[in-house]
Amino acid sequence: MLDKIGIAKRIAQEVKDGMYINLGIGIPTLVANYIPKNMNVVLQSENGLLGIGPFPTEESIDPDLINAGKQTITMMPGSALFNSAESFAMIRSGKVDLTILGAMEVSELGDIANWKVPGKMVKGMGGAMDLVASAKNIIVAMQHCSKEGASKLLRKCTLPLTGLRCVKRIVSDLAVLDVLPLGGFRLLERAPGVTVDEIKNATEGKLIIDGEIPEMVII
Amino acid sequence: MINKVVKNADEAIKDIPDNSVLMLGGFGLCGIPENCIAAILRSGVKGLTCISNNAGVDDFGIGLMLKTRQVKKMISSYVGENGEFERQLLSGELEVELIPQGTLAERIRAGGAGIPAFFTPAGVGTEVANGKEAREFDGKMYLMETWLRADFSIVKAWKGDTSGNLVYRGTARNFNPLMASAGTITIAEVEELVPVGELDPNAIHTPGIYVHRIFQGSNYEKRIEQRTVRK
Repeated sequence: MLDKIGIAKRIAQEVKDGMYINLGIGIPTLVANYIPKNMNVVLQSENGLLGIGPFPTEESIDPDLINAGKQTITMMPGSALFNSAESFAMIRSGKVDLTILGAMEVSELGDIANWKVPGKMVKGMGGAMDLVASAKNIIVAMQHCSKEGASKLLRKCTLPLTGLRCVKRIVSDLAVLDVLPLGGFRLLERAPGVTVDEIKNATEGKLIIDGEIPEMVII
Repeated sequence: MINKVVKNADEAIKDIPDNSVLMLGGFGLCGIPENCIAAILRSGVKGLTCISNNAGVDDFGIGLMLKTRQVKKMISSYVGENGEFERQLLSGELEVELIPQGTLAERIRAGGAGIPAFFTPAGVGTEVANGKEAREFDGKMYLMETWLRADFSIVKAWKGDTSGNLVYRGTARNFNPLMASAGTITIAEVEELVPVGELDPNAIHTPGIYVHRIFQGSNYEKRIEQRTVRK
């Protein structure tokens, strides 16, 4: 089973040289720490920056430089700043190559729910609906099951949707799975120490298992 | 050049009537018009509809205006950092309209650009689509969204000149230039007010034509929501 850092490390393996990437809040933000140093990628922050750098030192904190999670950040050499409309223009027009975000539920058709729990939590969708509606490639970082053990990989989402048929790949604490164009979660890799049966039991939606499923390699 | 300078925040906002529609710049607490928010608290104006990406935190930014019950309605994309907000929302005291962030930005841009409506894919198949015209373009579905405009747009810039040209700094730019263009009256508070001719015309983010009143603010706190440092 993977912890949050394990999920972030596995997702970092999906990053390719030359990509422009938008990282959501939470586990997706951690992915930046595990992108190989020799790879040239540019991180987009939807509040108006291309080229997010590492967190600042105590001395170099600048309140005018934050990421979408409102954390203080720095800029990489060669960064560009812009307004919020321009930020979503580049997202909407498909210029961002990879979007990594969290989810509360994903359906076997690739629908995603991550912004609202009726009666309990209404924080708003932020930029998530814009991102999932337009991104070419969406990877979701999530827990396979709720704390109570209920599957979050479902036939159909029960929570209000963020977007339709948009998730391409899921990295959970138990597995790596692709969402197939005609529906279904195709099991690609098992987390260290996790059996195929455990993944079967934790997946409510249609699970497709083709041949031997390798254990993922996390360095 | 036309002189847009007013004395201070109190003078800049003094004619905002009850029940006005305001736009307030900023993302989280980054790039918010601190001086004007303080002046609005002092003025006691009420029944406001506030268009702003977020609603501040309990004791800073728009959160302060919620506490004094000056806000009737919030139009935002994300309001997660504010307990008082959540309380007023759940009790029905506050009306809230949540809009996807890119749609919010583009609706404000459209308002400032004289474009009454546009189509965007954000929200297709979700509750955001309820009551909206949906149309297919090149095999993909889009929703029609309409422009947003304000009686008063209140923005914060880094530098400005006396004719209203503005330059923003870092990610404090965010919604500010969009809102500056979408106000019937646009008020700009700046950290540094300079004479005309001092700002490089190549580097102006908001041309002065959009700005009606400008003043140099004071005592900027620039509070940080998530102070995060390298380990």
